[in-house]
Amino acid sequence: MELTLENYLAWMQDFAQKIADKKDYLSDLDSKIGDGDHGNNMARGLKAVSEALATKPADLTSALKVTAMALISKVGGAAGPLYGTAFLEMAKLSSKTVDLSELITAAAAGLQKRGGAQAGDKTMVDVWLPVRDNLKNSQLTSEKIEQAVNSTKQMEAKKGRASYLGERSVGHLDPGAVSSGYLFESMLQTGVIK
Amino acid sequence: MSYGILIVSHVPEIAAGVPKLLQQVATDVSITAAGGTDEQEIGTSLEKINQAIAANQADELLAFYDLGSARMNLEMAAEMTTKKIHLYDTALVESSYVAASLLQAGVALAAIEKQLEPLKIKGNN
Ligand SMILES: Nc1ncnc2c1ncn2[C@@H]1O[C@H](COP(=O)(O)OP(=O)(O)OP(=O)(O)O)[C@@H](O)[C@H]1O
Ligand SMILES: [Mg+2]
Repeated sequence: MELTLENYLAWMQDFAQKIADKKDYLSDLDSKIGDGDHGNNMARGLKAVSEALATKPADLTSALKVTAMALISKVGGAAGPLYGTAFLEMAKLSSKTVDLSELITAAAAGLQKRGGAQAGDKTMVDVWLPVRDNLKNSQLTSEKIEQAVNSTKQMEAKKGRASYLGERSVGHLDPGAVSSGYLFESMLQTGVIK
Repeated sequence: MSYGILIVSHVPEIAAGVPKLLQQVATDVSITAAGGTDEQEIGTSLEKINQAIAANQADELLAFYDLGSARMNLEMAAEMTTKKIHLYDTALVESSYVAASLLQAGVALAAIEKQLEPLKIKGNN
């Protein structure tokens, strides 16, 4: 499974579309345990990503870098530096390897370094870690992604805005986990994994 | 004075208001702030933080923030600048006030940090 400029562009186009379609749903989820802006933040960010990628980047590394910079500068919430760092780590590694599993492993590590979240803290990390592990064994499926997303429902938030709610955060999906679920659904659907 | 203060908040008005409180007791300390997103909405902007760092007259800054993404963007900005940024996980208003008064009085950084310690209230969220 290798990431190429072509499959990467298709992946991001599909992800941007999903985010645009689910913008209100993501913000609704965020209003239950956060500040209600995750959908708007992500839609603003992915619009910037689409615009930046509209002029075809020279190679995969610059495409990943352009994505990271757009997310970092346009999202406006925690998801900006988090997703941004993830893509930046992929950009850095992509000059050495384009193996998808290795890239996602580096991205997840960057995400954890930036936000300090561990498994079980009810954040997007709870989707990135199982995806990373399943990619390693070539066992990533749509069901596995859904399972990871749904697993955040019963968790008590330890990071991010939802952590201020303590146990009242239990019973709600984490919005960042849901948007990360879309990211990896897009990855499956656009043939990045064959 | 070699140390300055940097305030980062999710809200433009908080970022504008806190320096007013500090400047009253620290007339000689350079205090700059970044608040809200580029669209003046609630959130934080790396670009605004970069500008606030550049606009500060000091080259070593004590940085205070309110919530979540403010810290992450501050960390990113700290990685990008040549200025030295000290990031504190302390109560925004109280601790920045402590730092401002002590800097004005010429107190050394180590002593200021000692005073800030009991005001640590976050960093784990
Ligand atoms: N420290 C963290 N580590 C990992 N993920 C996090 C962390 N903090 C927040 N998140 C993720 O970010 C999502 C929220 O993104 P959003 O864009 O709404 O940011 P926000 O919380 O509104 O930002 P802000 O910190 O500016 O208030 C959460 O659902 C969670 O998945
Ligand atoms: Mg939010």
